[in-house]
Amino acid sequence: MHVVVCIKSVPETTQVAFNPDTGTMIREGLGTIINPFDMYAIEEALRIVERHGGRATVMTMGPPQAAQELREAMAMGCERGVLLSARAFAGADTWATAYTLSAAIRALGGADLVLCGKQAMDGDTGQVGPGIASQLGMAPLTYVWRIREIEPASGRIVVERLLEEGTEIVSAPLPAVVTVLKGINTPRYPTRRGLRRARRTELEVWGPQDLPGIDPECLGLSGSPTQVVRVFSPEVRAGGVRLFEGGTLETAADALAEQLIADRLV
Amino acid sequence: MSSGILIIDKDLCIGCAACVAACPFGALAMEQGVATVDERCTACSACLEVCPVEALSLPTRQADLQPPEARGVWVWVEQAGGVAHGISWEMMGQGRRLADGLQVPLTACVLGERVRDLAMEAIAFGAERVLLVEHPELARFRTETYAAALEQLIEQERPEILLLGASSRGRDLAGSVATSLHTGLTADCTGLEIDPANGRLLQTRPAYGGNIMATISTPVHRPQMATVRHRVFAVPQPDYGRRGEIVPREVTLPPASLLSTVLSFVPASDEVNLAEARIIVSGGAGLGGPDGFAPLRELADLLGGAIGASRAAVDSGWIPYAHQVGQTGRTVRPELYIACGISGAIQHRAGMSTSRTIVAINTDPHAPIFGLATYGIVGDCQQVVPALTRALRARL
Ligand SMILES: Cc1cc2nc3c(=O)[nH]c(=O)nc-3n(C[C@H](O)[C@H](O)[C@H](O)COP(=O)(O)OP(=O)(O)OC[C@H]3O[C@@H](n4cnc5c(N)ncnc54)[C@H](O)[C@@H]3O)c2cc1C
Ligand SMILES: Cc1cc2nc3c(=O)[nH]c(=O)nc-3n(C[C@H](O)[C@H](O)[C@H](O)COP(=O)(O)OP(=O)(O)OC[C@H]3O[C@@H](n4cnc5c(N)ncnc54)[C@H](O)[C@@H]3O)c2cc1C
Repeated sequence: MHVVVCIKSVPETTQVAFNPDTGTMIREGLGTIINPFDMYAIEEALRIVERHGGRATVMTMGPPQAAQELREAMAMGCERGVLLSARAFAGADTWATAYTLSAAIRALGGADLVLCGKQAMDGDTGQVGPGIASQLGMAPLTYVWRIREIEPASGRIVVERLLEEGTEIVSAPLPAVVTVLKGINTPRYPTRRGLRRARRTELEVWGPQDLPGIDPECLGLSGSPTQVVRVFSPEVRAGGVRLFEGGTLETAADALAEQLIADRLV
Repeated sequence: MSSGILIIDKDLCIGCAACVAACPFGALAMEQGVATVDERCTACSACLEVCPVEALSLPTRQADLQPPEARGVWVWVEQAGGVAHGISWEMMGQGRRLADGLQVPLTACVLGERVRDLAMEAIAFGAERVLLVEHPELARFRTETYAAALEQLIEQERPEILLLGASSRGRDLAGSVATSLHTGLTADCTGLEIDPANGRLLQTRPAYGGNIMATISTPVHRPQMATVRHRVFAVPQPDYGRRGEIVPREVTLPPASLLSTVLSFVPASDEVNLAEARIIVSGGAGLGGPDGFAPLRELADLLGGAIGASRAAVDSGWIPYAHQVGQTGRTVRPELYIACGISGAIQHRAGMSTSRTIVAINTDPHAPIFGLATYGIVGDCQQVVPALTRALRARL
């Protein structure tokens, strides 16, 4: 099996805070991490390869410093790392991102399984996974929290998807794109040997010239159908908290109950 | 020398360095009193907002291109077993407003097996036209078949706007259709307006876990597609006397052998159906252990609510992941969210901060959750929650 994991390098959220006085984002210091959902995708890829044989390739499109996140994934056990980095790729929306990642998967000779996270913490759209599936004509399996079985011989995969109304068990033909939820596994830590190996392995840095048959008009900012018009701060919740206090906890709970009934909330 | 994608107007720049601090990727720096950007810029737009003099911008593309001929506003009516998802009618209200603004018809797309009743309902909720596709293969939602059907309708009629719910089905379907048709898709919108200058759809949505809002447009590609967040917009009053046209349509679906098949479906208990719950009682590390959820369940039972949890409670193994609310869990928007023994970390807030009313119960008066809450009680939730249940039971 050839499993391709797509990961995104995202700003660490704990460092994105909101200043209600000035209405701006505060970021203390800098730092990027592997998108948290993608950690589960990496782990799942490694487990699949351990069980069924084959290899895992990790791939990201991003600025040059995203190499750091690729190396982390390689230290966890991914054999090969591809960094798609070029000015032509910058400013891509989800359409252009899925287009570029799909072209890169083709350039790798295809995949039996593509793993993504459910959603990136910054852009927050969850659109790239289904986009790749559509570009490559693969089955889109989203919100997966358990892979029940993979049968390379019959070429099918059975997964459990966590939807709002319940759990759906689906069988789909391979190759497929799976986007994973957090509950699917517990990601491993890189081993010291893994770290050493990752440091020594040459990362492949690809530009548009490495993607055969690509249409340059479909890349990056110029290939993106959507455009950010404006970015602004959300309205801060009005008013402060009203505390029910004084007296005993019983009287506070009584007063809160009265309030919830008066507000017609219960 | 700037090599990033960001455009910096050096004449406007006052050298305040606010953008340098705001850049998550370290791509901005000050050189001789003005900002410069290097190749680490990802065009994430985080700096645009902090610049006090509007010296920063991203290149606008396709300025000279015109969109193709396209007309009409469409809403996809999401349904399961012939019952419409709440988001469908919420969108119908918005679709009506947009269509009136543009002076074009509002069309509902009803796809399924025996769903003519839904077509009538769509008219009551505001559509003047319904495209009705009935096919046995559409009995159960599957992205591949629904996408094939919807794409064919779009290619025949070329609408200018298509709205879908930001539910798990709607997002999958929208992502697939937008990719095949090569058009823009804006995720999880909480605001939809028409730009009076050019008739484009201005789609506003939260990003960065709700820390910023972005307004997105699709200037040249059609249809302009958006998924719409559930419980943001009001459901319009249905008018069952309204007249409308129901247009049956045939579609060609891909051969079943190529598709995924649903083997079974295990419905969630009411307790974990967080998306539909009007009331969520949620517990965190402050509950002290799995048994700490017992009084919360009692309260939720009384109110007909669901049970949520913080990651700390989930990671301790006190409750399954399906209950987790937050950045790596679910995003919820109930009428009432009762947070018990939850500190209110930013990743938790990302999943619940837009709840209509938030009640916080916490022993620490300085817990950040109180900064967000509407009502609060400082106290031990093992005492406060049962007291609240008793107080409510006595009054309801
Ligand atoms: C404020 C803001 C709002 C935006 N809104 C929209 C919008 O509504 N519509 C739109 O089309 N674009 C939008 N974008 C652009 C979008 O963020 C980028 O296209 C981004 O590259 C991918 O989208 P995402 O972050 O939403 O990823 P998601 O689709 O949420 O990511 C899902 C998974 O796809 C994989 N993946 C995503 N990006 C990469 C990557 N670069 N390399 C490798 N794997 C990856 C990962 O496995 C990830 O877990 C917005 C950007 C900003 C800054
Ligand atoms: C990448 C990333 C993603 C994350 N995603 C999520 C997510 O999706 N959801 C999520 O929730 N978190 C998430 N987190 C974790 C988050 O940062 C917090 O660690 C977590 O939300 C804390 O959970 P908590 O409030 O239950 O626990 P704590 O922060 O430990 O708070 C416990 C609270 O209980 C109070 N307390 C103690 N005893 C009592 C008592 N007897 N009665 C009443 N109150 C009491 C304490 O005062 C305290 O405020 C994420 C973190 C990261 C880094």
